[in-house]
Amino acid sequence: MGELRFRDDEALEQPAVTLDAFLDQSNATAVRLEPDEDARLLIPHLDRLALVEIAFPKFRDGRGYSSARILREAGYKGELRAQGDVLVDQLREMRRCGFDSFAPEKPLDPAVVKTTLDRYDQVYQRAADAAVPVWKLRHG
Amino acid sequence: MYKYDQYDQAIVDARVDEFRDQVRRRMAGEITEDQFKPLRLMNGLYLQLHAYMLRVAIPYGTLDSRQMHMLAHIARKYDRDYGHFTTRQNIQYNWIKLEDAGDILADLATVEMHAIQTSGNCIRNISSDQYAGAAADEVADPRPWAELLRQWSTFHPEFSYLPRKFKIAVIASDEDRAAMRLHDIGIQLVERDGKLGAAFYVGGGMGRTPMVAPLIKDFVPIEDFLSYAEACLRVYNRYGRRDNIYKARIKILIHELGADEYRRQVEQEFAHVKSLGIDPPAAELERITAFFAPPAFEAGAADTVDRSDPDFAVWLDQNVKAHKQPGYAIVNISLKPVGGIPGDASSAQIDVMADLAEQYSFDELRVTHAQNIVLPHVAKRDLYAVWQKLVEADLASPNLDLISDIIACPGLDYCSLANARSIPVAQKIAQRFSDLDRQRTLGELKLKISGCINACGHHHAGHIGILGVDRKGTENYQLLLGGSGAEDTSLGKITGPGFDEDGVVDAIERVTDKYLELREGGERFLDTYRRVGFDPFKEAIYG
Ligand code: HEM
Ligand code: SF4
Repeated sequence: MGELRFRDDEALEQPAVTLDAFLDQSNATAVRLEPDEDARLLIPHLDRLALVEIAFPKFRDGRGYSSARILREAGYKGELRAQGDVLVDQLREMRRCGFDSFAPEKPLDPAVVKTTLDRYDQVYQRAADAAVPVWKLRHG
Repeated sequence: MYKYDQYDQAIVDARVDEFRDQVRRRMAGEITEDQFKPLRLMNGLYLQLHAYMLRVAIPYGTLDSRQMHMLAHIARKYDRDYGHFTTRQNIQYNWIKLEDAGDILADLATVEMHAIQTSGNCIRNISSDQYAGAAADEVADPRPWAELLRQWSTFHPEFSYLPRKFKIAVIASDEDRAAMRLHDIGIQLVERDGKLGAAFYVGGGMGRTPMVAPLIKDFVPIEDFLSYAEACLRVYNRYGRRDNIYKARIKILIHELGADEYRRQVEQEFAHVKSLGIDPPAAELERITAFFAPPAFEAGAADTVDRSDPDFAVWLDQNVKAHKQPGYAIVNISLKPVGGIPGDASSAQIDVMADLAEQYSFDELRVTHAQNIVLPHVAKRDLYAVWQKLVEADLASPNLDLISDIIACPGLDYCSLANARSIPVAQKIAQRFSDLDRQRTLGELKLKISGCINACGHHHAGHIGILGVDRKGTENYQLLLGGSGAEDTSLGKITGPGFDEDGVVDAIERVTDKYLELREGGERFLDTYRRVGFDPFKEAIYG
């Protein structure tokens, strides 16, 4: 499984441009963020973006999780893709941070993807997904 | 004590299933050791010198007899019949087989325990005051707040791949029994206008660059508590250094930014995060707090103790502390018998402590950061019976806070990062000072040993600290003086050139002799050191 997508709309064909190129007022609708780039710089432009690709050069580098949430918190509705050293055991956290598509460098086993994503029914905290935290279930 | 509901249990059960699957994939070669490492680490499984080590979480150091018995069972069934209680109020097993790890977690889950986030670059087990709920000086029981943090931080999706590990401590007294300001976040509950809130100290830590955390926010009300923590972590996750593992802790970020700039960034992030609805309603804290309601103390319980047995009286004076409830006392069980391994307990001893808790302490135990065990609520009339049973189990060393109550990391006997052994040094020191009268004459003296610069043994915070280094291939020990992990937090200073194993024991003796010569009135070693300074001791050591 090369690409993994959790969206109903058509995948965008346009390649993602760098943040600098994008801010340099290109007409691009797809942008790629490196781990050290500030996702907040995109906030003024969210309505013209259809794809934000966040790079994970190393799976240990967790900055992209914050970038994803920041974009979702700002109301971004387009595709949010994790690209790079993305491992199956990270999908759940990434989904919760708002990623809805994945382009892992090493293909993932679809069966393991499914069990991984289905495993937990409950979450403890609110994040960028629709999951309802258990304190909310406890107190309504 | 907190009890799981169906949600807590479902999460822990799912974790057992997940980890079994991860181990299976690793053993089948579907994932590499490099990919498996962060997964097993997030579950407390380290690869050490000889075997896997499993670290089991004891949230805020509190457990009941059923859980304690389970810890004994695991030691018996899967390890070599003992466990090691750690400075982070957890327990470690040193001889674990990878293929057993899933079964161990399943056994733990039956008693509401787990190994979640006991290692790895995530938010670790929350630590707290071992006298919580029993200490007269607390503004509230800190554990409900720690439990809120436990739940919030468990599988936090944004903070599972932080630059480095992240340790949080929560206390609620002015007297600090948890080394609060030596944590990434240290929280002290405080009262203001009749309301409870949290003071946040951020950016403390030990390791190779020890730092005492500065105060970042003096009062965070409960309704903002988790949002504020989230903001602190988000700034760190985004801007903490990832280029150099030795500079990746939050203390370095705050040191480089300055506390004021870090605070500004956190406040800005908080203003945003607060709008996200992260904080549970007040009812959730109330729900959790109800689990920590004081036990059914007997009103008017006898407040006197028969001291006629002299050995008992010695133990009473050293290991038993005042309780807020008249007629009750806090019992400290020392895991530091002379010649033993600090923090180790056999499964039989663990069972004894569990039984004592059930019979005499409202079914509660605590683990302390000094690697001892506490029975928090013992009726004074039962103290003698408890002591007798401890004596039988070789658990009655009357040395709490004395020089032989040593904190020591596993060191070169177990740890793959070690430069030197810690355990034999601890044993030699305890032996040298084994005469109890001599120890009591020296009074409170906190001695802490680490086998390398990572400081797992808190050597920076020892009144006397020992740091194992490697000098041209041989084990060498540096001596530090003047550290403290209490409310008067300070970092020890290295005396000078290091010593070999026997040399460091001699040097400590020269330091304690000097102290006895210099001390005035009721001064502790640390007080004398602070009054007279470093030089007299340095001279005594090196001549
Ligand atoms: C034996 C396997 C162990 C390994 C490989 C290990 C590794 C480390 C490392 C690398 C650090 C430094 C982290 C940093 O500065 O960023 C550290 C710190 C620490 N470890 Fe361990 N450790 C081990 C066992 C223990 C044990 C048994 C304890 C408790 C008794 C412990 C408690 C701590 C504490 C309290 C710190 C200091 C935290 C701080 O820097 O703020 N560790 N450990
Ligand atoms: S201080 Fe060093 S030797 Fe001791 S346990 Fe930590 S890493 Fe190992």
